[in-house]
Amino acid sequence: MNDLSTGDTIAAAAPSLADRLRAAANGDVAWSFRHSPVAIVSAIVLAVCLGGALLAPWIAPHNPFDLRTLNLLDALAPPAWLVDGRTAYLLGTDDQGRDLLSAIMFGARISLLVGLASVALAMLLGVTLGLVAGYAGGRIDAVIMRIADVQLSFPAILIALLIDGVARAVLPRDAHGTQAIGVLILAIGVSNWVQYARTVRGSTLVEKNKEYVQAARVIGIPPLTIMRRHLLPNVLGPVLVLATINIATAIITEATLSFLGVGVPPTQPSLGTLIRVGNDFLFSGEWWITVFPGAALVIMVLAINLLGDWLRDALNPKLR
Amino acid sequence: MLAFVLRRIVQSAAVMAVVALIAFALFNFTGDPVASMVGPEATLEERARLRTELGLDRPFWIQFGHFVGNAAQGEFGRSLRQGRKVSALLKERLPATLELSLVAAMLALVVGIPLGVYTALRRNTWLSQLLLAGSLIGVSLPTFLIGILLILVFAVILGWLPSFGRGDTVALGWWTTGLLTASGLKALILPAITLSLFQMTLIMRLVRAEMLEVLRTDYIKFARARGLSDRTIHFGHALKNTLVPVITITGLQLGAIIAFAIITETVFQWPGMGLLFIQAVNFADIPVMAAYLCFIALVFVTLNLIVDLLYYAVDPRLRIERAAAH
Repeated sequence: MNDLSTGDTIAAAAPSLADRLRAAANGDVAWSFRHSPVAIVSAIVLAVCLGGALLAPWIAPHNPFDLRTLNLLDALAPPAWLVDGRTAYLLGTDDQGRDLLSAIMFGARISLLVGLASVALAMLLGVTLGLVAGYAGGRIDAVIMRIADVQLSFPAILIALLIDGVARAVLPRDAHGTQAIGVLILAIGVSNWVQYARTVRGSTLVEKNKEYVQAARVIGIPPLTIMRRHLLPNVLGPVLVLATINIATAIITEATLSFLGVGVPPTQPSLGTLIRVGNDFLFSGEWWITVFPGAALVIMVLAINLLGDWLRDALNPKLR
Repeated sequence: MLAFVLRRIVQSAAVMAVVALIAFALFNFTGDPVASMVGPEATLEERARLRTELGLDRPFWIQFGHFVGNAAQGEFGRSLRQGRKVSALLKERLPATLELSLVAAMLALVVGIPLGVYTALRRNTWLSQLLLAGSLIGVSLPTFLIGILLILVFAVILGWLPSFGRGDTVALGWWTTGLLTASGLKALILPAITLSLFQMTLIMRLVRAEMLEVLRTDYIKFARARGLSDRTIHFGHALKNTLVPVITITGLQLGAIIAFAIITETVFQWPGMGLLFIQAVNFADIPVMAAYLCFIALVFVTLNLIVDLLYYAVDPRLRIERAAAH
């Protein structure tokens, strides 16, 4: 308890993340948000996407996974405003008679889940390794950053594909379906840790020579506690901005892997899987099965990207 | 100089060794090869004999050495799914991927550089703004969606271009090319555009940024003072100096293009190595996966090495910095 209270007073010398966020809510960032039409529109679009995805089980017009309600006679119905379209299926149905709008809502749920979870994993890995590398220095630093360099020379999607492929080869075939989402989160998470590690290591190198860290070291606080309680809050700012933009990238990676057929299985489709399934019907004229999930994906990703860009500018005083 | 070159070569070799170790581990992770080769009724002696024949009873490092020796000769065993030699499969698929990647890279350069120059010189025209906004949206669109949209418009709705395969190919020795037939060229258009679009926006933005930077420098001002024409200044002086980083980036991106060809090849069912790899991942076809992994790692490591060494040779400042650092 003792080291906690002394630690907190020392850390207060530098503004903590919570303080910064609180100040931001009252001040500059909120102002900048109110005066940025792009940010407002993106936030509204994103809120609609999030709402639709999170509340899908309650507000979706149909349950696409309830086999009892599926009727093959309803299969491949076009969107409601076209000839033969039905009002019950606003965006049409797929080859199994599933309502496309509901499938997109449930699919966005999985896309978002994989996107958020893999970014969280990448952050956890990257921030931990970056902190350790920056604080410990020496050989540990060299090893971690060498690995980071090597990984950075390959595109992230290739690394994700590789991890995914290895997991598929190692796991028994019948486990692919049930563990697909976990495998994807692992693959995308591990393929993205480097950026976080580099950012955090850079800020750690700066912070660790500041007086509050030296003071903490002098009064005998163990290194792990210093890293967790004193350094972490002060190096987390840039990481959060990075994370917002990376959520969009992670969602695209998930969609790409699912489209390639090595991601989420069709029994529980994400947006990428829906696009893959729909791709087979492109030539017979049923374009909506591909185009609507694709549009949903692009709109979601664009909204996150624009919001991330705005956040980066708003939090960076140098750009103002 | 020699020390730097040697260090970079050792680093590259270390990366390749790690990749080879991963590829080798893939084989060992995935069950007992003996069990998959013999039937369930094989006796223990038969199994042991096969094990000795295959060298599986030898120590790990010797087995790994064997693997590396074979891999260096392009030998990765047989595909589990197709039963053919992996080296033959790769050799058959290599021309398709390389042709697609090189054409895409050329396209990205040929379109990207002029657009970059234009947006830098005519910064405030509506066309420049449109191009820049378009490039932002282009970055947000996943590659596979661009491919699907192109197929929808040009193959399904308009019916102008084929949507899958390579068209007719001509064999030149073991190399097959689609560049010499009309159908091959037609089949190349959509995949090449899909693959090059991302790189194109990258090059355009890079050229624009570099041009703006260079146009502010003193020697450009001096050239203007000498009364040289705009054309000479822009293309003779400014553009030339922006091209070094552009060519470096393109060289480095060539590896990324070959890797991203996996996605484009899947969308267009282009019979290249990427499609082969994706099918291998789907069917857990370890030998093919391992071979592709080693191949792509070799491409990346070689490109990085060449670019590093070229930079070192071209830019004297690097040499001085390194001399000062050591």
